[in-house]
Amino acid sequence: MDEIQKRILKEVADLHGIPVGAYNFRVNGASEGRASTANIEITSKEDKSGINIRIKDGTKNESCHIPVVLSQSGLKETVYNDFFVGENCDVLIVAGCGIDNCGGQDSQHDGVHRFFVGKGSHVRYVEKHYGQGDGKGKRILNPVTEVHMDEDSSMEMEMVQIRGVDSTVRTTTAELGANARLVVRERLLTHGDQRAESSYVVTLNGEGSSTDVVSRSVARDNSYQKFDSRIVGNTTCTGHTECDAIMMDNAHILALPCLEANDLNASLIHEAAIGKIAGEQIIKLQTLGLTEQEAEEEIINGFLK
Amino acid sequence: MLELDHISFDVPEDTEKKSAGNREIIHDISMTIENGKFVVITGPNGGGKSTLAKLIAGIEKPTSGRILLDGEDITDMGITERAKRGIGYAFQQPVRFKGIEVIDLLRIASGDKKMTIDKACSYLSEVGLCAQNYVRREVNASLSGGELKRIEIATVLARGSQMSVFDEPEAGIDLWSFQNLIRVFEHLQNQNREGSILIISHQERILQIADEIVVLTAGRVSAHGPREEILPTLLGTASVASACDRLAEKEDAK
Repeated sequence: MDEIQKRILKEVADLHGIPVGAYNFRVNGASEGRASTANIEITSKEDKSGINIRIKDGTKNESCHIPVVLSQSGLKETVYNDFFVGENCDVLIVAGCGIDNCGGQDSQHDGVHRFFVGKGSHVRYVEKHYGQGDGKGKRILNPVTEVHMDEDSSMEMEMVQIRGVDSTVRTTTAELGANARLVVRERLLTHGDQRAESSYVVTLNGEGSSTDVVSRSVARDNSYQKFDSRIVGNTTCTGHTECDAIMMDNAHILALPCLEANDLNASLIHEAAIGKIAGEQIIKLQTLGLTEQEAEEEIINGFLK
Repeated sequence: MLELDHISFDVPEDTEKKSAGNREIIHDISMTIENGKFVVITGPNGGGKSTLAKLIAGIEKPTSGRILLDGEDITDMGITERAKRGIGYAFQQPVRFKGIEVIDLLRIASGDKKMTIDKACSYLSEVGLCAQNYVRREVNASLSGGELKRIEIATVLARGSQMSVFDEPEAGIDLWSFQNLIRVFEHLQNQNREGSILIISHQERILQIADEIVVLTAGRVSAHGPREEILPTLLGTASVASACDRLAEKEDAK
């Protein structure tokens, strides 16, 4: 891997080298390195581009990194990755994609991830998007995530996209079994003329299932964001979705939190707030010696932390 | 040393009617606050006390007059520049921040980006907060008014300003928190300080620990002198409320 590719790897997966545990590095459309462990097996798909990740029952405290790096301008790919998580596991999965586009053609990575989370398992999933390069070609990422959760399982998803990605359409669907819990934390910062759309449909099918889908975002310059989150309650369940956004400059934000209850005992809540940075927040930080610009940065960094 | 030299401040009478005249909030105030002094500004509501504090911090600019810090004219300086020169300001209604933690604010305030948890805890202990429970808390709506107020004061202490201004530290907190707050200021007064403290307050217990008291009425200084001289003239007036009165008000309100 060259320096640019290494830097992207650090940004998306926080990796300085080969990680401990299972991993698969995909660089410019090809696998650049792969390792399975005794409990986590990674194999290539036979019928299309992508990998299968199989995690054995009872696998605890193990991790799996599958970062993707695109540094060749004009490359467009769709990759299908399936995660089969056994029963009673506790694992960390770090995905993420970084694009460096210095050329004139658009680069695009569409990752289609499916998760099958077994009974009683806990999965923490981290997905970071990152873009750099000053070419005219766009950096495009369209992730599709599909989650199936068995009873008593839980999943935390951390979706982060801070700067650099020109266009994103993120589509996430999930269906939950009895007592399953899904927590989503999305953090997004767009600037320039970027567009980011994010849609979630979480269906609570199992009794006692619950979800919390929260997005915090900052839209600067002329960027556009759309957050469309729907929670469907089909049984005794609890759901909460929230969009909290800071707008700056000439940005546009559309927030559509949406609830659908099909059972008398479905308890669902949504919230959405969009606003500019409060003037008194800036004044407070100025009284502590920061300039107006430094104050803005602190407020945004804190908000997206 | 902070000097206010013939400070006046006007606001438009009615912003919708452009022809209307200006209303004077502060009228020709001159005073000097010496280093090391603990000064309390009191007076009836609407007398211009908070405005004066904002004028000192640079949040408002005077219509006329000059403000000097150690002989340097700071009238035309913004909030940041004044803060850097040694003016601290505690808000009457502290601001909340989503995602910013108490330690972040203390680090910004002290200018020490690597402030240790231990050091941060020492500031929190000083304002009577059990530090371990608060240092990693977000400065958001989960904090009560009293907690937020004390964190606000801790940020001003962490700044170690030469001139610290506290705008009605007692406002918006319950009686129980108020008792603790008084102790914070008593402690501040008993320390060997080089810097001066300016507190805007109606509270008898705060007036009792002042070196000097300034009475502001209708935008003018109606009295300014040592506590021994001014306080007896104020007791029982609208400028001073004892803790018992506050309690009685609360009872009445129920």
